[in-house]
Amino acid sequence: MELTEKEKAQNEFPGEIIDTPGGGIVVSSFDGLINWARANSLWPLTFATSCCGIEMMSTASSKYDFSRFGFEVARATPRQADVIIIAGTIVNKMGPVLKRLYDQMADPKYVIAMGACAISGGPFFYNTYSVVKGADHIIPVDVYIPGCPPRPEALLHALISLQEKIKSGLTREQIRQPKEQ
Amino acid sequence: MYSQTEIIKDTSDTEGELVINVGPQHPATHGVLHLVITLDGETIKKIEPHLGYIHRSIEKMCESLSYRQFIYVTSRMDYLSSHINNLGCAHNVEKSMQIEVPQRAKVIRVLMSELTRIASHELWLGAMAMDLGAFTPFFYAFREREMITEIMEDTCGARLTMNYIVPGGLMYDLHPDFQQKVKAFVKQFKHKVTEYEDLVTNNVIFQNRMKGVGVLSKEDAISYGCTGPVGRGSGVHCDIRKIFPYEVYDTVEFDEVLETAGDSFARYMVRVREMNQSIRIIEQLIDNIPEGDFQAKTKAVLKPPKGEFYTRVETARGEFGVYIVSEGGTTPYRIKFRSPGFSNLSALEHMAKGSKIGDLMATMGTLDLVIPDIDR
Repeated sequence: MELTEKEKAQNEFPGEIIDTPGGGIVVSSFDGLINWARANSLWPLTFATSCCGIEMMSTASSKYDFSRFGFEVARATPRQADVIIIAGTIVNKMGPVLKRLYDQMADPKYVIAMGACAISGGPFFYNTYSVVKGADHIIPVDVYIPGCPPRPEALLHALISLQEKIKSGLTREQIRQPKEQ
Repeated sequence: MYSQTEIIKDTSDTEGELVINVGPQHPATHGVLHLVITLDGETIKKIEPHLGYIHRSIEKMCESLSYRQFIYVTSRMDYLSSHINNLGCAHNVEKSMQIEVPQRAKVIRVLMSELTRIASHELWLGAMAMDLGAFTPFFYAFREREMITEIMEDTCGARLTMNYIVPGGLMYDLHPDFQQKVKAFVKQFKHKVTEYEDLVTNNVIFQNRMKGVGVLSKEDAISYGCTGPVGRGSGVHCDIRKIFPYEVYDTVEFDEVLETAGDSFARYMVRVREMNQSIRIIEQLIDNIPEGDFQAKTKAVLKPPKGEFYTRVETARGEFGVYIVSEGGTTPYRIKFRSPGFSNLSALEHMAKGSKIGDLMATMGTLDLVIPDIDR
């Protein structure tokens, strides 16, 4: 099967490999190399508040298996995790806890908002007094996944998008603002 | 969360005691439950569950939604048995308005409920084994669970939160492949249950960790209001499908699984054997789905008469009760859900008191808690 341009670029190592007898020489920039390494070894935090957590478990299990893409070990402690997948509703009482978990994570850290509740409150937007209308009121979010709950494929897509984002080496602010120069 | 000053105040009263927080971010609480545990060395002296970390005010929301609309919120309560939650609410509306549901819808409802029960118990098996440190059963259990979610997706259009059972019958008719896929699932699942038994049940380490841990006597189970596998593990005859049969449960043959030991292993065995009973129900019904309508003819806007109505169904966790106060309008005046997890959690302190903190995970694992169901 032929790879598309995008897939080729993904698989590409950020640098030039020059074959020499008895080994090889790699010419690359440190930034590119570090981002490449980071993107391929993201450890998610097992942070599931409600229904989306079950789909996250499905993604981790036999059929979908997100460890194929480098999300091998789900960590229970934020101090060892790189990416926090907000799987489920955040309510007012949980808000400070989420902030604290985010603060405890070591830099660089990434956030994925999984499902309608984490994006905007979703089905609990109207008529409720206790739901935070979107996790981005509390912590900055890198990738949003729509759905209630999203399919495991959608989560995989979001994780791969996050990898692309990291490999491109831009900061969150650089991506949001259109390029001027 | 407990502030620093409170913890210092608590420990200063009693010598040698340690207060630790388990959760809200903890892998063994299966969500965002927060337990404040007082320890004496390794022995648990007191457990105080703190709730509300996923309180989404569902009961209040339902008051402003019509009788057709509020069904979707209940799928997100106990999301592992969402069909049965929908069924409980649909029952209540049907009872109050005296709607006669067609036979076809009744049979399909039972089939869906039992498939959901198997899916829920499978997830519990994987998660509980993971709590105890075994990772493989998680993958084994999810392999078969994916088959059920596929069946659900074909018919209901969703993998988890189905909203398929509505007042008056069902949302849509069955997918043409439904019977064939369910039969394929039943055939595969029967082999796999023995595989689980070999891998988990007959494992000596597993048995040593489960037997005699978290014992709940029959009297205590009744006084704490434990239902479902937790109650039946202690020998309480509490299966709503047997005591107050609904839909076609009175015409199918199945056994109410009862164990008398009341420990974690008994609760484990109840769930594993319940999966076999669910398969038995599915086998009896899958070839006998009657033809006909899948929905009764109802008015576009449902207006139950003034009064109070209570119905109950058996979810994978126990008795799920729906209490609706109607003022005769288009929206309920008040809704109260009786969730099984809440009562089962209340017995946790009694079960775990005096045991070691390592055993707490075995006890909590067999309670099969779904936190949004408790907090609502």
